[in-house]
Amino acid sequence: MRTLAYLFIGIFFGVVMYKSEAASWFRIYEMFHFDSFHMYGIIGSALFLGVVGVQLIKRRKMKTFFGEPIKIAPKERGFKNYLFGGVIFGLGWALAGACPGPIYTLIGAGYVSILIVLAGALLGAFLYGLLRKKLPH
Amino acid sequence: MDLILEPWPWYVAGPMIALVMFLLIFMGRKFGMSSNLETMCAVCGAGKKSEYFSFDWRANRWNLVVILGAAIGGFAGAHLLSTGEAVAIAPETVEKLNALGFESAGKAYLPEDLFSTSALSDPFALAILMIGGLLIGFGARYAAGCTSGHAISGLSNLQLPSLIAVIGFFIGGLVMVHLLFPMIF
Repeated sequence: MRTLAYLFIGIFFGVVMYKSEAASWFRIYEMFHFDSFHMYGIIGSALFLGVVGVQLIKRRKMKTFFGEPIKIAPKERGFKNYLFGGVIFGLGWALAGACPGPIYTLIGAGYVSILIVLAGALLGAFLYGLLRKKLPH
Repeated sequence: MDLILEPWPWYVAGPMIALVMFLLIFMGRKFGMSSNLETMCAVCGAGKKSEYFSFDWRANRWNLVVILGAAIGGFAGAHLLSTGEAVAIAPETVEKLNALGFESAGKAYLPEDLFSTSALSDPFALAILMIGGLLIGFGARYAAGCTSGHAISGLSNLQLPSLIAVIGFFIGGLVMVHLLFPMIF
C-alpha cells in the first residue's frame, strides 16, 4: 500500500518535471544565462511554499499520515564539502543538463542517451565513496 | 485539456514540486533524489569496496520506487500529455546556442547533437554525457544532496549548509556555461 503511494508520488513528480521543462537541457542553459524567469519561478515558488509549510509543520508539531511525529533532520555542519561538492555538481548539471531527479524522467520519456549520464552518475557516486576519506570536508 | 498538453508554467510547476516534498514528509520521508545513486551502488555490492556503501539498502527501497515512478511519469508526460516537444526558450538563448552549433535549440526537448540516437555513435557526445554524469554523481554525493535535497528541501528548512551547496551549484553552472562551453563546443 505504501509502495503504491510512493509510486504515485514519483509518477506525479516525473510528469511535473517533464511538463514544466525542468528536465530540459535547454532550460538549464537558459537559466545559467539569466535569459528567462522560468526556472527561477519554479524553484522560487516551490521554495516559498516550502519555507512556509515547513515552519507550519514544526510550529504545529504536525504528525505524519501514520500518526508519528514529523522529524525534519537538520543538515550536518560543514563548509568545504558543501561548497566543493556543490561546484562539481553545478558543472555536471550545466553540462549534462539534468539533475538526479530528471535523469529518470528522461529515461522514461525515451531518451536512451541519458542512460550514459546515469552510468556516469553512478560511477561518480562510487568514486566519491572510494575517495571520501581523502577529500576535504 | 489543452492546458495540460501545453508546457506547464512555473507557477503551476513550483507549487506541485512543493506538494511532492510535503507528501514525502507526511509519509515520514524526505525529498532527495541523489541518495538513490548511493543506494544503487549499495545494491550492486559497492559495500565490499567502501564502508560508505555498507548500509542496508532495503531501508531506502521507498526512494527507488519514487524514481521508478519518476520514469513512468516521464513516459506519461512525453507520450500521453504532450503534443509537441519543442521547448520555447528565450530568443536570445536560441541565438547563443545556434552560435555554439546547437541547431535544435528552440525546436526540441533536448539538444540533438548530444541526445539523439545517432549521437550515441559519436565519441564526443558520449564523452560529454559520461563526464557530465560523473560530475553530477560525484558532486551530489560530496555535497550530500542535489537540487531536490538542498535547493528545495534544505532551503525550505532554512539550512545554511544547503545555501552553501546551492551557491556552489550556481558557481559550477555559471563557470561551465560561460567559461567552459565556448572551449568545449
